Amino acid sequence: MQEDIKVTIIDRDGVSHTIDAPTDMAMNLMEVVRAYELAPEGTIGICGGMVMCASCQCYVNSNHKLPKMQDDEEAMLSEAFYVKDNSRLGCQIQMTPEMDGLEVELAPES
Amino acid sequence: MISTDILIIGAGPTGLFTVFEAGLLKLKCHLIDALPQPGGQCSEIYPKKPIYDIPAYPEILAGDLTDKLLEQCKQFEPGFTLGERAETIEKQEDGTFIVTTNKGTKHQAPVVAVAGGLGSFEPRKPLIPNIADFEDKGVEYIIKDPEIYRDKKVVIAGGGDSALDWSIFLADVAKEVTLIHRRNEFRGHLDSVEKVQELKNQGKISLVTPAEVIGIIGNGHVNGVAVKQSREEDKEFNIECDHFIPLFGLSPKLGPIANWGLEIEKNAIKVNNALDYQTNIPGVFAIGDVNTYPGKLKLILCGFHEATLMCQAAYQIINPGKKYVLKYTTVSGVDGFDGTRKEAPKAVVKKIN
Repeated sequence: MQEDIKVTIIDRDGVSHTIDAPTDMAMNLMEVVRAYELAPEGTIGICGGMVMCASCQCYVNSNHKLPKMQDDEEAMLSEAFYVKDNSRLGCQIQMTPEMDGLEVELAPES
Repeated sequence: MISTDILIIGAGPTGLFTVFEAGLLKLKCHLIDALPQPGGQCSEIYPKKPIYDIPAYPEILAGDLTDKLLEQCKQFEPGFTLGERAETIEKQEDGTFIVTTNKGTKHQAPVVAVAGGLGSFEPRKPLIPNIADFEDKGVEYIIKDPEIYRDKKVVIAGGGDSALDWSIFLADVAKEVTLIHRRNEFRGHLDSVEKVQELKNQGKISLVTPAEVIGIIGNGHVNGVAVKQSREEDKEFNIECDHFIPLFGLSPKLGPIANWGLEIEKNAIKVNNALDYQTNIPGVFAIGDVNTYPGKLKLILCGFHEATLMCQAAYQIINPGKKYVLKYTTVSGVDGFDGTRKEAPKAVVKKIN
């Protein structure tokens, strides 16, 4: 079994949570947020991680080397609201050992 | 007034399968959905995406699943009120409920099954400061009647299928069509993208990319939009128009159901999962993604199971005290309300000499 990593998530109310995320469950950041219930059900991961909505948009505050953005994520973000230069979709960030120490902030619900 | 046995709020997979299970018990169903077509999320969000955990289907596209469910329940002649959102519920003295939609359509039934998924789909509104002042005064988030755009100047914003498809459609109706998108690339079916390219080349659609609408101009009605273009250096200008149609997709909101007096937890309706998925209001059930109970999984296949058990409870409410025994469709066949009958072929008995 691989060790859990630490991830810091600032929720939509500005509260910071540093949590343990498993790296051996094929989980992505959106799923971690849901597992820890850091955003109300029905307000995040609406499409289930198909890159068909932007409800899991987050701002990446740490300098981690993230997976390269695919066309569908880029297109989805181009239609989202509150987008910043460091916006990513949480469902596209897999929890791997390299993501240890990741710090993100959830974008407002829209 | 539309009268039925089970009034289903939400025409997604769970709601559609309810029609079939209810039909086996000779109960009629009517469905209300805010979307203009049945299928719920399967039709609206991901019709072309495959699902791998529908029993007996190793792989099925969400849109095809909707078609199959409609085909399966067809002989039970479900009624539909589409494009309307269930707004209020009132319990009557005789124990039935009257559900009224946002357009005033009234439905009466002794049993209400909320199969509303994540809620009704509402258009996502762009963050333009004065946009609310122009809603229904030239700003429309959903195109209901394309004829209102005839010979008008129209600006559409968005980069998905609906923005592309409506630009194509309105190119033949409106006087001018301008499509504005934040990037040069569009996220739509390839043939729609190619068609827009063709219409652009013919001068029937003006394309403004990468750009976004940042303000609305007008006095009581839309006269134009302020646009910010970001090609090389930021540039701002106005486009004259009669209508501005932002098409940025839909997002589900629990909406008016939240005010029906139902017990809500985590944006879902609490139900009795030990028995029949009834809510705290007797006669009102919640099935599929919209409900919650210990161990709940938001899966289509779980919605099917919940719908089946719920129909048994509905049968007891509608036919109190009546004896019922489970019948297998293979044994009893399926008698449709439309007079059709499906049944297993009779066994062939033949002697071997």
